[in-house]
Amino acid sequence: MIKVKINGQEQSWDGDPDLPLLWFLRDEAGLTGTKFGCGKALCGACTVIVDKEAVRSCITSINDVAGREVTTIEGLHPDGDHPVQKAWRQVNVPQCGFCQAGQIMQAAALLMDNPKPSHDQIREAMSGNICRCGCYQRIENAVHLASTGV
Amino acid sequence: MNFIDNPGKLHNFQKRGFEKNIKVEKISRRNILKGLGITGGFVLAAPVMTRQAFAYETGAGKMPHGVVVDPRVFVAVAPDGIVTILAHRSEMGTGVRTSLPLIVAEEMEADWSKVKVQQAHGDEVKFGNQDTDGSRSTRHYLVPMRQIGASARTMLEQAAAKRWGVPATEVKAVNHEVVHSASGRKLGFGELAADAAKESVPAVEGLKLKDPKDFRYLGKGEVGIVDLHDITTGKARYGADVRLPGMKYAVIARPPVTGGKLTSFDPDAALKVPGVEKVMKVQGWPWPSKFQPLGGVAVIARNTGAAIKGRDALKLVWDDGANAKYDSVAYRKELEEASRKPGLVLRKEGDADVALKSADKVVVGEYYIPHLAHVSMEPPVAVADVKGDKAEIWAPVQSPGGTREDVAKTLGIPEGNVTVNVTLLGGGFGRKSKCDYALEAALLSKELGAPVKVQWTREDDIHNGFLHTVSVERIEAGLDKDGKVIAWRHRSVAPSIASTFAAGTVHQASFEIGMGLVDMPFEIANISCENPEAAAHTRIGWFRSVSNIPRAFAVQSMVGEIANATGRDQKETLLALIGSPRIVKPAVKDLWNYGEPYDSYPIDTARLRRVVELVADKGEWGRQVPKGHGLGIAVHRSFVSYIATIVEVAVDEKGKLTVPRVDTAIDCGTYVNPERVASQIEGAAIMGLSLAKYGAITFKDGKVEQNNFDDFQVVRIDEAPLVTNVHIVPPGPDTPPSGVGEPGVPPFAPALINAIFAATGKRIRTLPIGKQLEA
Repeated sequence: MIKVKINGQEQSWDGDPDLPLLWFLRDEAGLTGTKFGCGKALCGACTVIVDKEAVRSCITSINDVAGREVTTIEGLHPDGDHPVQKAWRQVNVPQCGFCQAGQIMQAAALLMDNPKPSHDQIREAMSGNICRCGCYQRIENAVHLASTGV
Repeated sequence: MNFIDNPGKLHNFQKRGFEKNIKVEKISRRNILKGLGITGGFVLAAPVMTRQAFAYETGAGKMPHGVVVDPRVFVAVAPDGIVTILAHRSEMGTGVRTSLPLIVAEEMEADWSKVKVQQAHGDEVKFGNQDTDGSRSTRHYLVPMRQIGASARTMLEQAAAKRWGVPATEVKAVNHEVVHSASGRKLGFGELAADAAKESVPAVEGLKLKDPKDFRYLGKGEVGIVDLHDITTGKARYGADVRLPGMKYAVIARPPVTGGKLTSFDPDAALKVPGVEKVMKVQGWPWPSKFQPLGGVAVIARNTGAAIKGRDALKLVWDDGANAKYDSVAYRKELEEASRKPGLVLRKEGDADVALKSADKVVVGEYYIPHLAHVSMEPPVAVADVKGDKAEIWAPVQSPGGTREDVAKTLGIPEGNVTVNVTLLGGGFGRKSKCDYALEAALLSKELGAPVKVQWTREDDIHNGFLHTVSVERIEAGLDKDGKVIAWRHRSVAPSIASTFAAGTVHQASFEIGMGLVDMPFEIANISCENPEAAAHTRIGWFRSVSNIPRAFAVQSMVGEIANATGRDQKETLLALIGSPRIVKPAVKDLWNYGEPYDSYPIDTARLRRVVELVADKGEWGRQVPKGHGLGIAVHRSFVSYIATIVEVAVDEKGKLTVPRVDTAIDCGTYVNPERVASQIEGAAIMGLSLAKYGAITFKDGKVEQNNFDDFQVVRIDEAPLVTNVHIVPPGPDTPPSGVGEPGVPPFAPALINAIFAATGKRIRTLPIGKQLEA
């Protein structure tokens, strides 16, 4: 039996230990905010925070996170008012919105690690997250805004 | 709290040409709008089909099922004052789910903070055409949505006037209330809802529309999209997020070659994978299969991860069929050879052959663009629940009405027994105009007797999509001794989208040749546009901007080549080719014109020139740029809008390119939400850059060679332009609205290619650029 804490709640799994965390979150735990985009850690749509680090849940097995704390977009802030989320709304970042949970989680992890990233650091840290709609300029602006106070 | 009180600060590296501070209000919709609770509201009688009575004509009425202008279908007012407005078009990122209801709210004087948007299911008889494609939504629905709002407002005003016993002319709806100023009386919309529902719907012809100077929302760009909060908190529901009790998860192994068939399969290893419950065949249709499923083998599991692992363990034998030899290298040669011989003449003015022979100089460009895949971030996905002769679908589809029709046909049940629930689309770009994934889910659910979600993986999306065509565009331009272009021969060779519907198709359809080939607007005496034959060997489909991508790439690159051949400035060469400001007389009979009447939407070279001049002015054409940098310009009319782009590129000594700045000017006529216009154009620059740098789907032995985002790359944030400026042409008083979602893409690649030439002297004629700039 694998035990993992997700958004502060203890969850357990006695199925395939190799099941990617992504599918445990989405299909077993019903946390559909985390998205499937590629399954190969190429697009970042599935990004969640494990302990304090951004990880791609599509290539992370449920076994890999046993005993650890996973935060998904649903658990980032109880009212959705994390500075990154607020900045995202102020800048009107999303178009279709599908990649945005992964983008926001990546940005939140970046700011935990580096509260005042430069534009180059923002671009580098966010370069694993694809947005096919092309909201990049606004993503960069929003991360910058979140880092300077919303 | 959520107002941007200092837009200058926010946009300090995101300059905008739209000369207005874009203020964004976050409306706390989730707190205000609880439940539908439409009791005693407008939702009553059978729908009334009303033909449009527009200030100008559009093609809306000619779309399947036309337009429905009826407030009882689209608007409900609850006794608590909450106004519910239906969004009948699909949201894939353009903002249409906000824009169209906003038009209704504007015209009915509803307070946007008391409006709830509800997504309509697929039912074109009830709602009118729902096919969210072709950059048509605002173009076709600005006036109908205003009329619907005006009808609702009139009914509320009439109800209030009756209540007070005063003439209706003395009362006026103002911000969610009806007021009688003479007596100072007021009644809220909620208080009037029940009475207003009893009023008859006023005739469209007699409706009074608001004076645009009184607009609170339209044209302002101050209202955020309705799903903004849900998107940023993970609550927004896309097709992939639908979960039903007892639902099974499926992935499907499909034929690797278009038109291939399953010979045999061994499910044993797959069935041993933990969580896998069943392996079953999926019905396929013979090629060309339209939107019908390709067939294959489905693995059914308790979660998607198990289904994918199970599929990996399947042993499959395929018969690859007629397209087993499709090879992109050989096919390109075929297209190139075809482009060097005469083809079906589609447009002829003067005699291009004679003029080319007598020309002082002939500039020849042969331009190649390979297949492209949409790769919307949400791969195709659908949930179906089929019970007996009834089916319910939840899916991210651009064509809810078409999906309903196709599900009914595929299952052999009446259309009325099919409910299509439209979720948010995680991107569409034309891929989700084809509902094959919903049909797969319906077939599997029927057989399993349980709800099923069919999830496509990224590899499925790339291997089994409906690809953008592959084309060679060959242009020969004849110049006289003064450098004036006297002859233009353009041969376009590309497999047609029509080949997905009809076997043996070798010529392009009217909508394809109408995208920048026969509607080419240059003032040249001798023109020949030809379409040599090309047969398709895979499924071809609409991709954002469609044939405009190769056409703008070829035509606008050729402008750059002519500028170089004559030693003239690119922009001056472009304006000289466009010629005098005029309404161009259509050069072919039955010009497609994006389905729009030519009187309302002619090819207007004054507007084409204006966006060139505007972008040159705001984008500082001719400015000094550092060594290794270059400026390029391109303009293109598509989806009846006019767009010009200037790209500044920097190419370093290793051939690595970056884009310091992009300026785009768009004339899309009357617009609803300039903030979303800007976001579409910003995104189009990224899509244009992606296809120019990387875009290539290639075939070998009939199979797609790419698999995922590592070998079908798209631009990432660290490659994005540093600055993207959007300059929107202010509309005239009655300028009809035109397309926004697609037209931003076509001019980007040629502007970039012209910029690369200016920076390096290298002329790129084959996309993607790939390693061509590397020494």
